[in-house]
Amino acid sequence: MSTRLQTGGRLLDTSVAREFTFNGKRMTGYDGDTLASALLANDQMMVGRSFKYHRPRGVVASGAEEPNGLVNMGEGAFFEPNQRVTTTEIFDGLKATSQNHFPSLEFDIGAVNTYLSRFLPAGFYYKMFMYPRAFWKHVYEPFIRQSAGLGKAPKEMDADRYEHFYAFYDVVVVGGGVAGLQAAKAAALRGVKVLLMEQTAHWGGRAPVDGGDVDGAAAQVFVDTLVAELSAMDNVVMKTRMMGAGVYDHGYLLGYERVRDHAPKVKGPRHRLWRIRAGQIITATGAIERPLSFAGNDIPGVMLASALRDYVVNYGVSIGDRTVVVTNNDDAYRTALILKNAGLEVPVILDARAGGGGALAQAARDAGIRVENGKAIAKVKGGKRVKSVAICAQAGEGSVLEEIECDAVAMSGGWSPVVHLWSHCGGKLVWDDADAMFRPNPEKAPTGEKGEAFVLTAGSASGHFGLDAILQDATDAGKTAAAQMGGKPVDVIAPAASARNEAPLEPVWMMPQGANIKLRMKAWLDFQNDVKVSDVQLAAQEGFESVEHTKRYTTLGMATDQGKLSNINGLATLAGALNAPIEKVGTTTFRPPYTPISMASIAGSARAEVFQPIRNTPIQAWHDANGAYFEPVGHWRRPYCFPRTGETHAQAVEREILQTRKSVGLLDASTLGKIIVKGPDAGKFLDMLYTNMMSTLKPGKCRYGLMCSENGFLSDDGVVARIDEDTFLCHTTTGGADRIHAHMEEWLQTEWWDWKVYTANITEQLAQVAVVGPDARKVLEKLGGMDVSKDSLAFMEWKDGVLGGFDARVYRISFSGELSYEIAVPASQGRAFWDALMDAGKEFDVMPYGTEALHVMRAEKGFIMIGDETDGTVIPQDLGLHWALSKKKEDYLGKRAQERSHMVDPERWKLVGLETLDGSVLPDGAYAVGEGHNANGQRNMIGRVTSTYYSPTLGRGIAMGLIKHGPDRMGEVVEFPKIDGTLIKARIVDQVFYDKNGDKQNV
Amino acid sequence: MGTGFDVMKRYSVFAVAREAARYHTGWERAWRSPMPKKKYDAIIIGAGGHGLATAYYLGKNYGITNVAILEKGWLGGGNTGRNTTIIRSNYLQDPSAAIYEKARSLYETMSQDLNYNVMFSPRGVMMLAQTEHEVRGYLRTAHANALQGVSTEFITPKRVKELVPIMNIDGPRYPVLGALWQPRGGTARHDAVAWGYARACSDMGMDVIQQCEVTAVRREGGKVVGVDTTKGSIDCNKLGIVVAGNSGVVAEMSGFRLPVESLALQALVSEPIKPCMDVVVMANTVHGYMSQSDKGEMVIGGGTDGFNNYTQRGSFHHIEETVRALVETFPMISRLKMLRQWGGIVDMTGDRSPIISKTPVENVFINCGWGTGGFKAIPGSGWAMAELMAKGEPGPLAEEFRMTRFREGQFIDESVAAGVAH
Repeated sequence: MSTRLQTGGRLLDTSVAREFTFNGKRMTGYDGDTLASALLANDQMMVGRSFKYHRPRGVVASGAEEPNGLVNMGEGAFFEPNQRVTTTEIFDGLKATSQNHFPSLEFDIGAVNTYLSRFLPAGFYYKMFMYPRAFWKHVYEPFIRQSAGLGKAPKEMDADRYEHFYAFYDVVVVGGGVAGLQAAKAAALRGVKVLLMEQTAHWGGRAPVDGGDVDGAAAQVFVDTLVAELSAMDNVVMKTRMMGAGVYDHGYLLGYERVRDHAPKVKGPRHRLWRIRAGQIITATGAIERPLSFAGNDIPGVMLASALRDYVVNYGVSIGDRTVVVTNNDDAYRTALILKNAGLEVPVILDARAGGGGALAQAARDAGIRVENGKAIAKVKGGKRVKSVAICAQAGEGSVLEEIECDAVAMSGGWSPVVHLWSHCGGKLVWDDADAMFRPNPEKAPTGEKGEAFVLTAGSASGHFGLDAILQDATDAGKTAAAQMGGKPVDVIAPAASARNEAPLEPVWMMPQGANIKLRMKAWLDFQNDVKVSDVQLAAQEGFESVEHTKRYTTLGMATDQGKLSNINGLATLAGALNAPIEKVGTTTFRPPYTPISMASIAGSARAEVFQPIRNTPIQAWHDANGAYFEPVGHWRRPYCFPRTGETHAQAVEREILQTRKSVGLLDASTLGKIIVKGPDAGKFLDMLYTNMMSTLKPGKCRYGLMCSENGFLSDDGVVARIDEDTFLCHTTTGGADRIHAHMEEWLQTEWWDWKVYTANITEQLAQVAVVGPDARKVLEKLGGMDVSKDSLAFMEWKDGVLGGFDARVYRISFSGELSYEIAVPASQGRAFWDALMDAGKEFDVMPYGTEALHVMRAEKGFIMIGDETDGTVIPQDLGLHWALSKKKEDYLGKRAQERSHMVDPERWKLVGLETLDGSVLPDGAYAVGEGHNANGQRNMIGRVTSTYYSPTLGRGIAMGLIKHGPDRMGEVVEFPKIDGTLIKARIVDQVFYDKNGDKQNV
Repeated sequence: MGTGFDVMKRYSVFAVAREAARYHTGWERAWRSPMPKKKYDAIIIGAGGHGLATAYYLGKNYGITNVAILEKGWLGGGNTGRNTTIIRSNYLQDPSAAIYEKARSLYETMSQDLNYNVMFSPRGVMMLAQTEHEVRGYLRTAHANALQGVSTEFITPKRVKELVPIMNIDGPRYPVLGALWQPRGGTARHDAVAWGYARACSDMGMDVIQQCEVTAVRREGGKVVGVDTTKGSIDCNKLGIVVAGNSGVVAEMSGFRLPVESLALQALVSEPIKPCMDVVVMANTVHGYMSQSDKGEMVIGGGTDGFNNYTQRGSFHHIEETVRALVETFPMISRLKMLRQWGGIVDMTGDRSPIISKTPVENVFINCGWGTGGFKAIPGSGWAMAELMAKGEPGPLAEEFRMTRFREGQFIDESVAAGVAH
């Protein structure tokens, strides 16, 4: 059984006990424990169930590579699934539950799959569940879905806070082991700005566990000295609990800082996502040990050799009393020696190499440990715990020579550099025969915009394993990175350190070498997804020869650990099956993030109210206070209507329209886009932008203009006012302001860059109010200060003045058909001006109206609305707007496009008015149908409704629509099917339903 | 109607049981891996979903089986293997609705047709309306769909919440006002679609040739005569170019230009969790869409990068925008973790609709421009392209997607209603 030792525990503070629960069971750990070490100290060997077969799973690693130890953590608004126990620091009150089982971890019905596993090889679901067809949706899939997934779905809104942090550094070093520390120092001594990050809570990485001397002292002393030196340097920032999550183009690097996962009671953000621009990135990300593929290698108690010694040294936890060590390299002997020194039993070391190990092997023998060369594990026996191992010759087929009782197995298949960050942005790998691993190819680094390398590697991430080589490599990386960033030519010398003194590794991808199919079906590659050696071999047999095919067919490496333990073993198995060299098979693509990062950290602080912040007009507070019902328009919220107590929205809209048509209404038009276009070439520029002629507009006058895309489609409209000889003010639609301003700038900056024109979007500088209705003039006269009579300010004119004490620009324009003024005042005076208008209008029963009343009134008057009558496929000619297309101009945007054959096709649908025969309102979006069906069996359509409303003014439904040959078919009746198939009949009429001659607006 | 797999090759629960008895040693290759022959009646460049489907229907519908499908990488390795697997046909414009609905209906029987379980799952696709303008747009689509024979309906916020309990329909910024609901839309296992077609094509005697990059298109007198490849020179009577993101490159080899540009589209998945959302949800106002795979991962798609490129890399800025939008729509995903992000290269035309067309070179045909929405179209696209290649003239499904429409101004613009996401 696993237990806490009396000694050891480098990272623990045993004076501080931490209480936590696992599946409701109370347990105790110490400050400094990970959840994994604390669970193991409490003999919790089994921590979960695997994905497919629901096999018992125990902790197999001690770091970010852990595939098995995933738990649900927390409750309610703090609940989170799939938390990795090896990277979770414990705290008082931590609540964890195991995942993927029913009814309990110990007795899981899903475990029946393990007995069916022979029928469930890789890709079985592609070959089954096809018949009868309806069963997939109703029977098979629901069953498969229920059994898939790992942790439970959170149910409540996340109660934590997250934030982003933007940073710029010359050199960023990822990884705080000895290589990272040394690289950071080498760079920092050259005077550049350095950020050093480490994903765990501790500096030093593996060196203090693995041993070796630097400058004649223990590695820990070297680490402490370096940390002290770096902490004292002004140009260095050091962050623990921060992982390099992803490397992107142009030196963009994501740092994922888990600020208080280890201390949830502390105030502040939970995660902080660092968005870093790095001049140079050094990945000192270390290496990960590989498992060995033997039968039963997934039974709880089988662990990476390095993890076993981590638990002893760092946490004072022994995994078992009797640990069998199995290896193909010298490094695992360190584990055996550490166990022995801790007073634990190592019955045998099985070294798959016929020639055995070097100096470390001798040390093990000297310590009295039995060492067997050329031997292997035929099979681990046990269910929820290891009971024994059956030993065989590595060279054979697995005939059992001896069975040894044990309660733990330490395995080592060699080490693989962590190349993820190197690879994210295109760094290439090279196969290293000596250590049987892919390592970064420094010749093919990720490159920046000028083709220069911007990622370097240091230490074991480069494929170095001796302390001396690691520190030399790190020193070089630090110096090179700093030199690239213009650092001072300070020479930095790597410290003297222990050399690697090991016998060569021998690749072992299958144990024993000739294992039969029954053993291969029990030899796991991917522990979480249940992919075995036999599955990869089956994939190869069935022609899934590309590594990507094998991955996708078997799900190898697709689990939450993304194959950190399984990838190389899987590739080697595939290469073996294909009889191809591993480097030919290649790797799958490394994608960000290195380990999963919270969605919340990606979203950052922009949530709820500040998710797409709402733009407010200066009059917004009045709308809020007066019960406005809002609709989102662009980033604004505009009042849709102002319902009074007991009124429906429809009733409010009706009241607003009738009152406006009868006396006077006010509209907050501040959201309308307002763009100043200024300069000697402003007129020429607008002539190109609008279909109309704008250069001939006289100062003091307004003109309604249309803008088209290069493809000729109508994209925006609005009134242009000429302010003076070289200044125009262009009104755009509310939603179009930013888009049109960008459109103008694109043309000015890319095509007409030599034209003397400047633009400025001044939408928010002004508050604008439409005063609309027969009594509009009286209201303004009551405010006083300006002559707004017909003679002084005619329709489509504007002028500046002081109105009721406000600096105002008054436009005589109308979108409703009524006598109407739109008045702009400085934004700061907007609210006061609105209040003054409400006050002055009181005797006329003035009332505010919203966007829906605006829409209905413009439809009654037959005015088009961008987004209703247009949809990106409509040209001005379709809408009968020929009068706005200047014939005098040589060119304007969209002109040539409008001459294309389909654009001049007489069959195009054209704008008309529509009146239902029964007075009802046509449904939004309805289509008019003709006879028969087209070649694809679709009903032939001859038109559609573009705007449809109940008109309170006329007391009936009115609509506009685009109808084939519409203007030639006045008076004819067309049919519009509703979605349920019933027909509504409507007569084609003129689109102007109200005040055709303009008597009302021109008074 | 199934394929002609003989009893030993045919996949079924009985075959799995038979093989289990002998430790699965009897499974044959899903597709052969031949060297190219000297000449084929037709060559398809590109063994993605669209290319393989084209070949499949050339054989199935027209009896043309002397066909090679050439793939520079591994089959299904482009956008077929890196999309978010959504299948729907609730398009607005007639030609789009026709081809996507054809595709959707073929997906319904694909597993049986191919004797390969592609796991088409008609779980329903929902497109949220979060502005009044979007409500009107989707009402319009619903009306059009009713006349196009596509079954959709506009549903209330209450119904949205019933279908997707994890959704926050009262968000402070964009409350849900309704949704366009296509109950017969859904998802399928993307890799399986390519593998199923490849297996069926191979079984019909066609050659699927991987690791075979086309380096030149040989022409004589304005007609295609063959291609040069990294596996030698191959003659053909007809050539189909079905290479998505690399369409511009192969078109140039053939001597014509395309109105297409290539962009990286971003996607990501979360770690797997137990089922919490059965339907596919698309939210175009906030730019994001999400479904849950049978494995339990939340599959999330966003937008395209703002610049042209050919790398299939993930970038961060779109992911940020997409995740932010979805955390707002589905607050519970806040405490899930992003497992993996990636990019796929999409080929975009001026109107964001595909090209299935004859080309200026006689007997060269092109199928491209599916942009962000190609996966759902695969069988329909293959069906229409096969007809075009077999007859030399487009049938009704392909006709409107001709290349010359850009010159004529006869766009098929879906941005009207569909927004950006597919």
